[in-house]
Amino acid sequence: MTNSKGRFGVHGGQYIPETLMNAVNELEEAYNKYKNDPEFCKELETLFNEYANRPSRLYFAENMTKALGGAKIYLKREDLNHTGAHKINNVLGQALLAKKMGKTRLIAETGAGQHGVATATAAALMGMECVVFMGEEDTRRQALNVYRMRLLGAEVIPVKTGTATLKDAVSEAMREWTKRIDDTHYCLGSVMGPHPFPTIVRDFQAVISKEIKQQMLEKEGRLPDAVLACVGGGSNAIGSFYHFIEDKSVRLIGCEAAGRGIDTFETAATISTGKLGIFHGMKSYFCQDDMGQIAPVYSISAGLDYPGVGPEHAYLHDIGRAEYTAVTDDEAVGAFEYLSKTEGIIPAIESAHAIAYAMKLAPTMDKDKIIVVTVSGRGDKDCAAIARYKGEDIYD
Amino acid sequence: MTKLEQAFANGKAFIPFITCGDPDLDTTAAVVRAAAENGADIIELGIPFSDPTAEGPVIQNANLRALKGGVNTDKIFELVRELRKDVTVPLVFMTYANVVFSYGADRFISKCAEYGIDGLILPDIPYEEKGEFLDYCHKYDVALISLIAPTSENRIGMIAREAEGFIYLVSSLGVTGVRSEIKTDLSSIVRVIRENTDIPCAIGFGISTPEQAHDMAAVSDGAIVGSAVVRIIEKYGKDAPAYVGEFVKAMKTAVIS
Repeated sequence: MTNSKGRFGVHGGQYIPETLMNAVNELEEAYNKYKNDPEFCKELETLFNEYANRPSRLYFAENMTKALGGAKIYLKREDLNHTGAHKINNVLGQALLAKKMGKTRLIAETGAGQHGVATATAAALMGMECVVFMGEEDTRRQALNVYRMRLLGAEVIPVKTGTATLKDAVSEAMREWTKRIDDTHYCLGSVMGPHPFPTIVRDFQAVISKEIKQQMLEKEGRLPDAVLACVGGGSNAIGSFYHFIEDKSVRLIGCEAAGRGIDTFETAATISTGKLGIFHGMKSYFCQDDMGQIAPVYSISAGLDYPGVGPEHAYLHDIGRAEYTAVTDDEAVGAFEYLSKTEGIIPAIESAHAIAYAMKLAPTMDKDKIIVVTVSGRGDKDCAAIARYKGEDIYD
Repeated sequence: MTKLEQAFANGKAFIPFITCGDPDLDTTAAVVRAAAENGADIIELGIPFSDPTAEGPVIQNANLRALKGGVNTDKIFELVRELRKDVTVPLVFMTYANVVFSYGADRFISKCAEYGIDGLILPDIPYEEKGEFLDYCHKYDVALISLIAPTSENRIGMIAREAEGFIYLVSSLGVTGVRSEIKTDLSSIVRVIRENTDIPCAIGFGISTPEQAHDMAAVSDGAIVGSAVVRIIEKYGKDAPAYVGEFVKAMKTAVIS
């Protein structure tokens, strides 16, 4: 594959219709031009700090540490960002880039709605038009976020095809991009899709691990022993891992959504249950059947309910640099309640997957060890759905 | 000259597309025979995929209906074996990269050659990624059909020079589906293609009427029609073969007139 670009080992590439090739080439060119441009970097840093409330806190979770009785636990508080999740990091970067490219319209897919809200926010800020594709099933699970996006001036299009979840929203956003390229940037929300998206999104999210490293050195004078983050497509995880990849003493642990269990069909744990395939512009691991049909995945978390994983995660798994584990709905809901009661922090149900694994891991480690868990988002959006899961009927 | 190139030798070509297994494989077989008997020069057989990102709603739904009916890659190979007992018109598969990749590229493409498939159209394999399958296509002599789009611009020459079988020129932006008018300046794209290759070039996406087919074929070597055929099958179900036959006849007449 001599011409193929954007590879992470065998993964990645650009498996997209010819119609989009010049669009991604143009994006790559613009990104290479601006990524080291001092003016662009300064503008983005100002947006990060003044608008998105960066740097986000690295908080020592003392109650949780004491209660679990093992490693010290720090929480990287991406939930405190403007719009309530890590998604804003990538979106501000891409929106600024799109603006430099002369684009006036942003389109995006969204699962839980966090990326859609972030995109609608950036579009409002920068005076751009915004259209968000969201699986119809997810518009019901995350009705509040639909309202937020509309309030921010975005058009939300419920996607009814397939399983009516995140994968279908991605497909529909890709279809929309092939229809209208000239004035439109596809603001992809995770480290997936065709090159250069996995690299661009990773670079904008890498601010998470850059800050963790600096904050950890300030607080503890050393690197952590493990960094944990939840993985759907994998953007907050790659952002949390990136600046530690070369630091081999730091364990990198991605927590996938097992749904009702990895031995059931109702799971979204791609690395645990998927196999190598080609879909949504990339080669990576996908949940699929024997004939290559993409599987209808399931997780309580709309943001992790995706049948694939970003190509860099697939590569980090292949070379053994990162570990991937699967966390069930029940465990995630348990962690959602636990963190709320123990630390007074309501995490997104996505982030609760990482918290759940930290609850298992910390007690097995010595007290002088340190774990960082990225709380990728806040959980307000999930309260109604979790209440329903627990059998309580409340209104959004 | 390959069998695919020969298909363009008797005037402008008409190329219908059919989703295999919609509504069932017996109907697909009958539709293919009806199309062949009524003048189709090449027939595109779609292997359904769960998430066909290059398709509009008509073909998306056909894919889902076919999959729901239990069709799969092995059953479609058997369909081809059966058809090849009497159908001589060139047949090409149109599907998505993962269908070929998961089957095993070597196994899939060798079976294509063995069962009588002349070419492969994969809308999610652009020029840069064709290395994924090209060696096997060469090994077994199955043409990997290249697509060129209205946005290809500086890429047209590069793609055309290495193209095989025929070139699939995408008429408009967007996904497959019927369009009331096609505004792209296709003749200037065809001109660049012809400066770079002698292999034929057929236009597809959005064509549904004999008039459109005639206009598209007039500026190229043929017209490809998908959604309009699939709509007939959707409407008439098991009774579709006769209606598709009539449609193909009208379209073939239009492209050569």
